[in-house]
Amino acid sequence: MTELERKIITLLQDNSRLSFDDIAVMTGSNKQTIESCVQSLQAKGIIVKYTTVVNVEKTGDEFVDALIEVKVTPQARSGFDSIAEEIVNFPEVKSVYLMSGTFDLAITIEGKTVRDVSLFVSERLSTLDCVTGTATHFIMKKYKEGGVALDLSNEKKRLPFSE
Amino acid sequence: MDYSKYISKKAGNIAPSGIRKFFDIVAKCPDAISLGVGEPDFDTPWESRESAIRAIRKGYTQYTSNYGLLSLRKAISNYYLTRYGIEYNAENEIIVTVGASEGIDLALRALIDPEDEVLIPSPSYVSYQPCVTLTGGVPVAIDCKQENLFRVKAQDILKAITPKTKVLILPYPNNPSGAILEQDDLIEIAKVCIDNDLIVISDEIYSELTYTKQGHVSIASIQQMKERTIVINGFSKAFAMTGWRLGYLLAPKELITPMYKIHQYAIMCAPTPSQYAGLSALEEGLKDNFSVVVDMKNQYDLRRRFVLNSLIDMGLECFEPQGAFYVFPSVKCLGLTGEEFANKLFESKKVAVVPGNAFGESGKYNVRISYAYSIKSLTIALEKIKEFVLEIKSNK
Repeated sequence: MTELERKIITLLQDNSRLSFDDIAVMTGSNKQTIESCVQSLQAKGIIVKYTTVVNVEKTGDEFVDALIEVKVTPQARSGFDSIAEEIVNFPEVKSVYLMSGTFDLAITIEGKTVRDVSLFVSERLSTLDCVTGTATHFIMKKYKEGGVALDLSNEKKRLPFSE
Repeated sequence: MDYSKYISKKAGNIAPSGIRKFFDIVAKCPDAISLGVGEPDFDTPWESRESAIRAIRKGYTQYTSNYGLLSLRKAISNYYLTRYGIEYNAENEIIVTVGASEGIDLALRALIDPEDEVLIPSPSYVSYQPCVTLTGGVPVAIDCKQENLFRVKAQDILKAITPKTKVLILPYPNNPSGAILEQDDLIEIAKVCIDNDLIVISDEIYSELTYTKQGHVSIASIQQMKERTIVINGFSKAFAMTGWRLGYLLAPKELITPMYKIHQYAIMCAPTPSQYAGLSALEEGLKDNFSVVVDMKNQYDLRRRFVLNSLIDMGLECFEPQGAFYVFPSVKCLGLTGEEFANKLFESKKVAVVPGNAFGESGKYNVRISYAYSIKSLTIALEKIKEFVLEIKSNK
């Protein structure tokens, strides 16, 4: 990646709604260059999606997030890939990672109730052939999400003026 | 009781800052958006904070040498050599001070006798003039013009010199204008100083925040200038360490001696935990080319371009600042002084900027806008400033 591409990505990761004009100004480049850079980053699959970080607690909606450790038996040819792909396809699954350490896959999942999550684990996940064990950890409170500190009163105590 | 008869003439004669009243009003308004800060919005690097905590836990809380920790002075020496190519002896050419502010006071007190004249480029930081007044010296402002990118010109220095002139203060990168001096400017200024036998106090507190390719150049690096220069710098702006109160002075040992005496009696030493924090900032930085500092600078640089572009877009005249974290647009085209602009802007949009005259008469038609804020906050504030500017224009 070029220096400019890195700068663009850093800016967009912080605020994906920045306009090409703004990015051009901030990086000392021009709109056309930025636009074609972003298009090429999208085409290459480096920029995958523009999304929104939501503080769900503030929506008043019921929700339960959990992190599930999964032990699996790797398959003869595909190793962990085929089982991971199977898990990826469940819509309630937010992320799937292959891990080093005492378990194999780490899954984060989003449900409305504890029952939702329990049903997912007992009926959909544990029943997969290669899954040999799971451990479910419910997330009790989120302090940081997508690189953003949520709802912490970390307002800087700077004086409004200093000369 | 009438206290006025007890107050020394020197203290009594210092003019109170005219914009304090404005600041007080803003500070009391909870929903005000201020673009008035003069300090970084970043946290002090983790390693420095941790080092200070470690120092406190281990009980390293006694006085240090009056000069400051030798290890810290060695690190400062190494830093100035690595970053700016100037060599200072850690044993006798460096004093660690309570912020760069103490450095300004020490340098002036050590050099100035009553009636000595001190040349101060204007606009500049607010403390030079009162500190000169306190020594009994005479501050002489040199007007720096926007068309000269707010750089002090060698010929203007020359014009201001009288037989009583002893010291030139060089506050670059400049607060409030964001101006810098480049090598060629410095060579010309150096010639005037050498020809007229002036001492230079070079306040380089914003040195790390220089946005040109060449970066900061210290006048002490110009031939024959180190011997007649006192360099003032510190950790506040470069390492986001304002509240730690840690700075330093670099000078030939003959000039260090009188400053050291005053420091010894007035201050003793800079706070010990802060010195450990500063030591760690430099040691970590020297290991990885000051990546933490460079990252912060790059952030400021994005914001600098963004703010400058927004101000120009709304039709304000604004030269491109190349240092510090301020832009200094002129509001003359709106038929307002900086003070009128700041007052009206705050009244109608609750956005606070600093009137340029706070930094000297040369800034009368300017306002200082700090970009030590997140892009998000800057975007909101600039949008409001834009509305305000358009309203003023349509009423004209």
